[in-house]
Amino acid sequence: MLEVQGINKSFGGLHAVSDASLFVPAGKVVSLIGPNGAGKTTLFALISGFLRPDSGTVIFDGTDITGKAPHLICQMGLVRTFQVVKPFASLTVRENIAVGAHTRIADRKAALAKADGVALLVGMDAMLEQSAGDLTIAGRKRLELARALATEPKLLLLDEVMAGLNATEIAELVPVIRTIRDTGVTILLIEHVMQAVMSLSDYTYVLNQGVMIAEGEPKTVTSSPDVIEAYLGHGAAERLAKMEARDA
Amino acid sequence: MSERARLSGWTIILLTLALLPLYLHSARWIDFLEMTLFVAVLGQGWNILGGYGGQYSFGNALLFGTGAYIQALLQFKFGISPWIAMWFAIAGVVAVGAMVGFLSFRYGLRGSYFALITLAFAEAFLVLSRSLKSITEGGSGVQLALNQDPAQAIATFQFNFAGPFLKEYGFYYTIFTILLVTYAITWWMERSRFGAQLVAVRENEDAALALGINTFKVKLGAICLSSAITASCGVYYVQKFLFIEPGIAFGPSKSVEALFAPIIGGLGTVVGPLLGSVFIHGVGEATKMTIGQALGGRPGVDLILFGTILILVLAFLPRGLVGLVEAVWKRLSGGRDA
Amino acid sequence: MELLGFSLPSYGWSTIFGSTISGVFLGSIYALVAVGLTLIYGVLHIINFAHGALLMLAMYAVYFLWNILGIDPYLAMLIVVPGGFAFGYGLQRFIIGKASHGKDEITLLVTLGVAIVIENMALFFFSATERSVRVPYDLDGIDLGVTYAVYPELAALVGSFLITLALWAFMTRTDTGKAIRAVSKERQGAQLVGINVDHIFAVTFGIGVACVAAAASLLVPTYAVHPQIGSLFVLIAFTVVVLGGMGSFVGALVGGFLIGVTEQLGRLYLGESLGVITISVIFIFVLLFRPTGLFGVKAG
Ligand SMILES: Nc1ncnc2c1ncn2[C@@H]1O[C@H](COP(=O)(O)OP(=O)(O)O)[C@@H](O)[C@H]1O
Ligand SMILES: [Mg+2]
Repeated sequence: MLEVQGINKSFGGLHAVSDASLFVPAGKVVSLIGPNGAGKTTLFALISGFLRPDSGTVIFDGTDITGKAPHLICQMGLVRTFQVVKPFASLTVRENIAVGAHTRIADRKAALAKADGVALLVGMDAMLEQSAGDLTIAGRKRLELARALATEPKLLLLDEVMAGLNATEIAELVPVIRTIRDTGVTILLIEHVMQAVMSLSDYTYVLNQGVMIAEGEPKTVTSSPDVIEAYLGHGAAERLAKMEARDA
Repeated sequence: MSERARLSGWTIILLTLALLPLYLHSARWIDFLEMTLFVAVLGQGWNILGGYGGQYSFGNALLFGTGAYIQALLQFKFGISPWIAMWFAIAGVVAVGAMVGFLSFRYGLRGSYFALITLAFAEAFLVLSRSLKSITEGGSGVQLALNQDPAQAIATFQFNFAGPFLKEYGFYYTIFTILLVTYAITWWMERSRFGAQLVAVRENEDAALALGINTFKVKLGAICLSSAITASCGVYYVQKFLFIEPGIAFGPSKSVEALFAPIIGGLGTVVGPLLGSVFIHGVGEATKMTIGQALGGRPGVDLILFGTILILVLAFLPRGLVGLVEAVWKRLSGGRDA
Repeated sequence: MELLGFSLPSYGWSTIFGSTISGVFLGSIYALVAVGLTLIYGVLHIINFAHGALLMLAMYAVYFLWNILGIDPYLAMLIVVPGGFAFGYGLQRFIIGKASHGKDEITLLVTLGVAIVIENMALFFFSATERSVRVPYDLDGIDLGVTYAVYPELAALVGSFLITLALWAFMTRTDTGKAIRAVSKERQGAQLVGINVDHIFAVTFGIGVACVAAAASLLVPTYAVHPQIGSLFVLIAFTVVVLGGMGSFVGALVGGFLIGVTEQLGRLYLGESLGVITISVIFIFVLLFRPTGLFGVKAG
């Protein structure tokens, strides 16, 4: 579905993404993890056309989309959400989702009807008339997801849709994402909430300081010493191992 | 407000506008209504791009003036029928608007920068219309020949010497028709995919892009529609006054009039520009009738008033008079119908 | 010279040089008006449409001080500069800042509203009549060979440098200046370290108006005062600010001279009325292709 090959991006002197590659097979949920500032959001921007890579290629569904305009990439079926949510604040939830639906549907009534359907799927059917500006953080994150879903994507890039949510809200959202996958949408998600990463993803990539440092099954990857060091600092894996040995 | 309440509201407004002049019988009041509707149309031209699209133009005089000049010069220089000239005027203004839009949006000018560039283009056209005498007749302007033959009234689009009804009401129903057409287009736009995408661009351009909207094309479409509507004001003005000169055409006053009405009435709503125009003209007229005498008919009073209203609305009514009316309506209907 | 079917007249060097010199004098006036505007933009990030109207108001103040009290226009600076500061401070603190809810587009509209109100108040109270101040020395001057420069022109030239220098010194040497610069760079950060941002905004706006009041003193001996005088300058001032780079004092000074000289050469070659098109053309090209201007840091 998606193949990123040796992609690079620097801002001035800072190498935000260095020679990163990843592969997302159709029908799967793949996650991308890594500490803050690792370059995950930048990688999403490179894939979705918001940033132009310095080098490297992005192949989506067999087509080279490197450097294409974001709206064209979306029309091809690859849509992203924003970590810093961007609701259409003065519109209602229904109108927000309908904007996404209009990407495939010209008719206004049909787009609004589609919005109702998508809202039901993500559990926002009770908030349809509410103004997007009045939503809570959890509501906004869901709206971000709903709008993207309404464009009928083949591949959905989710950037930290669980961040800022409490345990109950996370527990509600996990099955929603699973349902979306079951309808045949491939998903690539950036997530810090490990519980969600573990329970949702089939495969995991780890990015640290712009470099892919590990990949594999979520369980294996998260217990690898390199990954633990990336998250917790130098020497952390060793200390953790010692602690476990002592506890045992 | 529900769609049904809106439709009944519009029926009442439009019936009133259609019948009111027949009962007034006063040239002065009909003139007043004509100017009110004229600014309501001019304001809708601004509202499409500014209110719905969030791109604030400070130079809509560019569009008005270009339309007026094309309408005037085609008749003056080539004797072309006003009924044919008007299509060239609209097409010409759309071309100018599209050019400004293409340049501004291609180079990513937003916010204050877009305001400045529209202002700069209007100023450039003001200078050109003053100096290119061989094309525009220069600073003295273009004066069209007055038709005194009643039989030619319709052919010349001049009602000054027409039969009894046309003479009195011809221009009123002309601007009323223009208002009907432009407001119907706006009403349709608001309920279309294009309208939804335009509003999305206003609310958040990045999110719009991510959701597959070609924001450049949408903004360009909006400026073209805006141009066509504003051009019709230029055509109307020339036919009514048979005269145009650089200051009236491209000077700042038309740019300012165009944005007053929708901001005061309610940005990004169909009725906003009409409501705003009725309000400011009503207040202006009321002032003239009450304290005007005491002030000795000195110039400036109405603009002091309009400027103050503008600031007050910006400060206290972010959604304009429409927001106020909706709040009152909600109160009256007990909050059932939001 | 032949250009696109237009034939441009050819002049001797002394005529061109003379036009350039008068362009420099004109440019110093543009720079004077623009320097306050660029300060306000640099800190508040707002384009102050009322700038021209405030210039006009200050010019009326200078005129009446001379007309009623017999105060020399240059001496009047001692009154109108503090007066301008106080007026500007109040205007930003209690009207513009309050009405615009911190949104750039709204601020633009509010300043437009303020401009319309001030301009029409002047029209209402003072009528459209042009009023001129005649100082006894207004025709004295020095002969520069190619052109004759009167003292008011020289005063404006020197004044533009002094005001720019004074502003620069104020911004780099005083605590208030440093606070202003902190706010212009990091609005939220400044708030966190306890700087009262609303106050700093109003102070900045006040200084901007004080600059325009100083400009008014320097302009009155050569320009007649009428309600429209501000709008004649405001578009040019925008051009100067954009060309120099929004927020840059040096840019305003250099931009002012560039525009002044371009305008005068434009008039020489294209004629009195078409000559000013050069200003709009520069404005449009800079906005499109180099919105950061000559000395600007980043586009807003
Ligand atoms: N537009 C930009 N300009 C400059 N630096 C940027 C830009 N976007 C991101 N960065 C920098 O790139 C690095 C990676 O950021 P980001 O991709 O947001 O990380 P993550 O999403 O993994 O937390 C950070 O150091 C960030 O400051
Ligand atoms: Mg991120």
